[in-house]
Amino acid sequence: MEREPAGTEEPGPPGRRRRREGRTRTVRSNLLPPPGAEDPAAGAAKGERRRRRGCAQHLADNRLKTTKYTLLSFLPKNLFEQFHRPANVYFVFIALLNFVPAVNAFQPGLALAPVLFILAITAFRDLWEDYSRHRSDHKINHLGCLVFSREEKKYVNRFWKEIHVGDFVRLRCNEIFPADILLLSSSDPDGLCHIETANLDGETNLKRRQVVRGFSELVSEFNPLTFTSVIECEKPNNDLSRFRGCIIHDNGKKAGLYKENLLLRGCTLRNTDAVVGIVIYAGHETKALLNNSGPRYKRSKLERQMNGDVLWCVLLLVCMSLFSAVGHGLWIWRYQEKKSLFYVPTSDGSSLSPVTAAVYSFLTMIIVLQVLIPISLYVSIEIVKACQVYFINQDVQLYDEETDSQLQCRALNITEDLGQIQYIFSDKTGTLTENKMVFRRCTVSGVEYSHDANAQRLARYQEADSEEEEVVPRGGSVSQRSSIGSHQSVRVVHRTQSTKSHRRTGSRAEAKRASMLSKHTAFSSPMEKDITPDPKLLEKVSECDKSLAVARHQEHPLAHLSPELSDVFDFFIALTICNTVVVTCPDQPRTKVRVRFELKSPVKTIEDFLRRFTPSCLTSGCSSIGSLAAHKSNHKSGSGFLSTPSSDGMLLRLERLDQPTSAITSNGYSSQADDWASELAQEQEPERELRYEAESPDEAALVYAARAYNCVLVERLHDQVSVELPHLGRLTFELLHTLGFDSIRKRMSVVIRHPLTDEINVYTKGADSVVMDLLQPCSSVDARGRHQKKIRSKTQNYLNLYGAEGLRTLCIAKRVLSKEEYACWLQSHLEAESSLENSEELLFQSAIRLETNLHLLGATGIEDRLQDGVPETISKLRQAGLQIWVLTGDKQETAVNIAYACKLLDHDEEVITLNATSQEACAALLDQCLRYVQSRGLQRAPEKTKGKVSMRFSSLCPPSMSTASGRSPSLVIDGRSLAYALEKNLEDKFLFLAKQCRSVLCCRSTPLQKSMVVKLVRSKLKAMTLAIGDGANDVSMIQVADVGVGISGQEGMQAVMASDFAVPKFRYLERLLILHGHWCYSRLANMVLYFFYKNTQRMSVQRQSSLLGLYLPSRPRPIAVEQVGLLTHTVTSAKSFDVLELQIPSLYVG
Amino acid sequence: MTWSATARGAHQPDNTAFTQQRLPAWQPLLSASIALPLFFCAGLAFIGLGLGLYYSSNGIKELEYDYTGDSGTGNCSVCAAAGQGRAPPPPCSCAWYFSLPELFQGPVYLYYELTNFYQNNRRYSVSRDDAQLSGLPSALRHPVNECAPYQFSAAGLPIAPCGAIANSLFNDSFSLWHQRLPGGLYVEVPLDRSGIAWWTDYHVKFRNPPLVNGSLALAFQGTAPPPNWRRPVYELSPDPNNTGFINQDFVVWMRTAALPTFRKLYARIRQGNYSAGLPRGAYRVNITYNYPVRAFGGHKLLIFSSISWMGGKNPFLGIAYLVVGSLCILTGFVMLIVYIRYQDQDDDYEE
Repeated sequence: MEREPAGTEEPGPPGRRRRREGRTRTVRSNLLPPPGAEDPAAGAAKGERRRRRGCAQHLADNRLKTTKYTLLSFLPKNLFEQFHRPANVYFVFIALLNFVPAVNAFQPGLALAPVLFILAITAFRDLWEDYSRHRSDHKINHLGCLVFSREEKKYVNRFWKEIHVGDFVRLRCNEIFPADILLLSSSDPDGLCHIETANLDGETNLKRRQVVRGFSELVSEFNPLTFTSVIECEKPNNDLSRFRGCIIHDNGKKAGLYKENLLLRGCTLRNTDAVVGIVIYAGHETKALLNNSGPRYKRSKLERQMNGDVLWCVLLLVCMSLFSAVGHGLWIWRYQEKKSLFYVPTSDGSSLSPVTAAVYSFLTMIIVLQVLIPISLYVSIEIVKACQVYFINQDVQLYDEETDSQLQCRALNITEDLGQIQYIFSDKTGTLTENKMVFRRCTVSGVEYSHDANAQRLARYQEADSEEEEVVPRGGSVSQRSSIGSHQSVRVVHRTQSTKSHRRTGSRAEAKRASMLSKHTAFSSPMEKDITPDPKLLEKVSECDKSLAVARHQEHPLAHLSPELSDVFDFFIALTICNTVVVTCPDQPRTKVRVRFELKSPVKTIEDFLRRFTPSCLTSGCSSIGSLAAHKSNHKSGSGFLSTPSSDGMLLRLERLDQPTSAITSNGYSSQADDWASELAQEQEPERELRYEAESPDEAALVYAARAYNCVLVERLHDQVSVELPHLGRLTFELLHTLGFDSIRKRMSVVIRHPLTDEINVYTKGADSVVMDLLQPCSSVDARGRHQKKIRSKTQNYLNLYGAEGLRTLCIAKRVLSKEEYACWLQSHLEAESSLENSEELLFQSAIRLETNLHLLGATGIEDRLQDGVPETISKLRQAGLQIWVLTGDKQETAVNIAYACKLLDHDEEVITLNATSQEACAALLDQCLRYVQSRGLQRAPEKTKGKVSMRFSSLCPPSMSTASGRSPSLVIDGRSLAYALEKNLEDKFLFLAKQCRSVLCCRSTPLQKSMVVKLVRSKLKAMTLAIGDGANDVSMIQVADVGVGISGQEGMQAVMASDFAVPKFRYLERLLILHGHWCYSRLANMVLYFFYKNTQRMSVQRQSSLLGLYLPSRPRPIAVEQVGLLTHTVTSAKSFDVLELQIPSLYVG
Repeated sequence: MTWSATARGAHQPDNTAFTQQRLPAWQPLLSASIALPLFFCAGLAFIGLGLGLYYSSNGIKELEYDYTGDSGTGNCSVCAAAGQGRAPPPPCSCAWYFSLPELFQGPVYLYYELTNFYQNNRRYSVSRDDAQLSGLPSALRHPVNECAPYQFSAAGLPIAPCGAIANSLFNDSFSLWHQRLPGGLYVEVPLDRSGIAWWTDYHVKFRNPPLVNGSLALAFQGTAPPPNWRRPVYELSPDPNNTGFINQDFVVWMRTAALPTFRKLYARIRQGNYSAGLPRGAYRVNITYNYPVRAFGGHKLLIFSSISWMGGKNPFLGIAYLVVGSLCILTGFVMLIVYIRYQDQDDDYEE
């Protein structure tokens, strides 16, 4: 497809490893003799050395060097850096001024001492930091790793720092990757390996990486000496989630490279014995190091304000010095001519002109009055903030026992901003709620299954959770996993107090244990795992199972089922396999016992497709497409019969493949395979220990739900998924494609080949709003269509019901693809995959093409429970005068419901809902709402007088006191309307309306919209904003806000990485803001004021005396102001300040 | 795996008074019930103190005479006129006559006062060498650079004592004569000129250089007196304990004043019949008029003053206390009114 660029990228001049020009980098094996070099036999070693040198010149080697200085460069470089701070320059300027004899006020040496002291301390700190960096660098650089050596023709141990781009590296299980490596070979027969990226993004679930296509087919062990391909890839960049490139083999063939092929530095190899790869990026060019940007530096509001004050001080200083200078000039002019006894001429007896004297006096006054500029204030503030950060980190009440995590201050200098927040923007999922997804209920084929027993079970957890007293379990923890436990809980509905608390501590202990193991995150508290199945549905599932087990060898096994039962079956299959859940057995690498399909991997080429599908079942009536035309075939299922003879080669190949293929397809589930399956089952007797690791918790919830219905996901490889059913045994689905979830499509799909019917099925799972629109249009003519329509409307009703209950809804749909459709789609999809540019866009388009004409199977409702203490926290924050906005991607009904549940909305208050479908409608609605709100505002105008008291302190903050009684409405707006409202011409109106409202709820908002809202409030209302969220979709919002808070919760660490503060739970926000924020702010503000006061006091003595011509050489001792900053308490009574502070949140406003 | 709930998590912070910010602390809660009495008490205390200071300051008697010699202000104008325009003014003496109708309660202090004299000028006040004045022989020969241009004489000799302060030493002298009976003889009133300097100045800070062969003059050999001086420093007084650097007048002068108008103690009257004060009668002060002040618009005054427990006459301090005290009480009343007026509303507000 793209041959031409390949031709131009052929390695050019000899010895060249990388082409500077262009946007790509070319990597070749280091083991190859450079083209055109001297005789390889004669100078192998020499050549290698030479080449290594050559490498080092062009490419960064793997040596890590984060130190800034060397022994020689330390002094000049450090001083240079220190003089970048204006404070230091000012200090030195003043000190040097003292050396000018005509100007000096203090002893020159004495004046220099404090400056030197400060410089020395900073230099020492830098030196120490640099040294510790050097030490850790040294440690990392000298880690060992197996690198293939050309001379010894085997892998030898080398230090990390000696690895170069183009080297072959071999890693064993649990080793850390030394550089960014392209995976070429894995001990796993599928060419897979699992990595843990906890070092990179904190996510502890295993991720799958895959050997570069073309190498996975190698049967024998990978030999680096035979690697002659050229790799072309992007220039080093810091995008962890993206890698594009291609590998060009000797024969000119080209294969695409994706991020699935790249092993990033810092990740750990898990569950795989060994891998071999070639180094693509090394050292500072690795993605991990390019991402390492160090702590963010935000300037707090107080600091900005203070900078302004300091500028005023400078102005004042200059004015006063000028005044003194003029005065001095006049004095001189008056007295020097008169032979005054007290007039002292210059040392040589001549007299200064008044102007010169005035200039000298000006400089002297600057020295004398330098205390007016509180340079030391900056140092003191640094110290105080460091202590505040320490205290916040050390607060035992911000420690979460369950996850053994405490609050982390990631930004060190905006502690006092916590005390000035006016708007809080919160995510919903995972922030207000636990993001522990629990399967609640589902509807299949228009029938609702309420799962009452399950609801009762959940209610018990809730009860147990709110139970504060708890029996401390003695000794070891009690784990109540396993499905047996859950069945018990069905029977025993009423539990005694002790078992309840026992259970709770059990779950907590388990959570703790899981976090201590820390290898895998536990999305798997028993609450999420033990789902009690609905008896009706369970019956239907087992019925399906049984009848399918009987009918499996017939031609159309599914046809024997009633449409409803077949929907039920498909529904559970979809639940089980339409996801990216990885099944792991804890602690042991996967043991490989499995039925091998004919060849590897999903179909990757058209030929591949032909190879695999032509002999098998092509439906008889299909029309031929493209190259397929020649192979039009009619045949019976299971036979390798080929009706139309094709080219010899193809035929030969097909016949060669025929044997294993037919063995599988025809009797793959006959006795032989059954034996395998039972063997497997025996082998993995402690099967319950299977762990599901999902990228998002609702995926896991669905898999656990399916497991409760005995539809167990037992294995997932990249090309096949195995599901075990009690009667059918193990079903192995061939996984052709996985079209991952993205926030625009809001759905994901898998393309599989059904083992029973041999059809190609697409299972799609996604948000109801999108999936419902993609359903196959059903004609209302025939009965079937009408039935479908009915099912659809019923399902929609249930979906609305779920939404009203605050459940997260997902629709499950299916599509059966004909071979031609698939082939057609496949071609374009392959093109999209292999294109180097905008392949993401093309893949997206390709996915959209596939996900149409769906057949609705059913819908699920997943409950996301509210976190502890959320309503209380929200009401406290409200009382403190904060305005809380919730920005969520969830549907409106769910969001509103959660909002009611967490007391963000009140049932007896008005809710303004803004749902507009067009720009004009939105504008009209906004105007209408504004008029309405204003008319209300006029009615309660007399109440407002009191509100002004708090208005004075923060004019943008709504008068919190009056809202308590004044019933301001709340605003709910959906994503589309929000998009209109955020347009330039409407944003002011929208903001004005939102300002009047007690709370604002934005549903269905994209991450970008979230950040736009925050930005809007921040820039237009000039308010201090805080954004809190836990997921990757909140990152942009967190970064935009003045204070970003990440919740170190379920959805990985991206939010935490981007945040300034990381809290374990939402409820800690109350203490963080109202107590610590207020303390930090008031203490720091008091300290700053006191500093200015102290300095002006000291200065005014000088000033007074200078007016009289006096000069005071002695300097009053400064009081230790830092103590003031640290140890003052705002509210002082009895012992517990914090209690009081938390009880009176309105103190926050003042 | 055993795990018990009592085990602390790895990241659990210490629960100590320090880390949890529970250290005992106290801060006054400035409520009305504390602030108002505080203001009233402070106000009353200040007024009381102010009254005491004011009255004791008023009880101090002062008698002053400007002998600068502006034309028509007594016989010193002759001297002033004679000194006009002459670089070293010629020696001249004049007298001040006054009479006391009643006893001037002792102890009586005699001050001289200079006005418009900027002893606090920065370049003036640093123009001295403390090492030299403390009798260090090396400093005697090598005065510090701050003394320039009064560091070395024109002949190149080091000036002792060097610097502008010493050069501008006040060199008028006074003697007091009492006429007990009208027309009677004037009797000299003994002036106690010892112990007018600070004890530390006289005994520690100012020391003569070590004597050479028992002679102070030899110790100062090779130095020059300041240009304005008529006599070298070792001839300031015949008394060996009052000559050289430890001459009391010199020591008093060298302690520079902070304000351009200042008084310096000249003598105390506490000997003989005058220990109780100056009895009534006519008096005459003989003034040796040397010091030129008219060039820069300064004045010279002669002052007799008694002292009280709080020092010399100083009505300002008392007045300041009175003003501050009244302000306190006034503010207290205003706050009281505000408090009473808005108390009820505050209660509503709290709820």
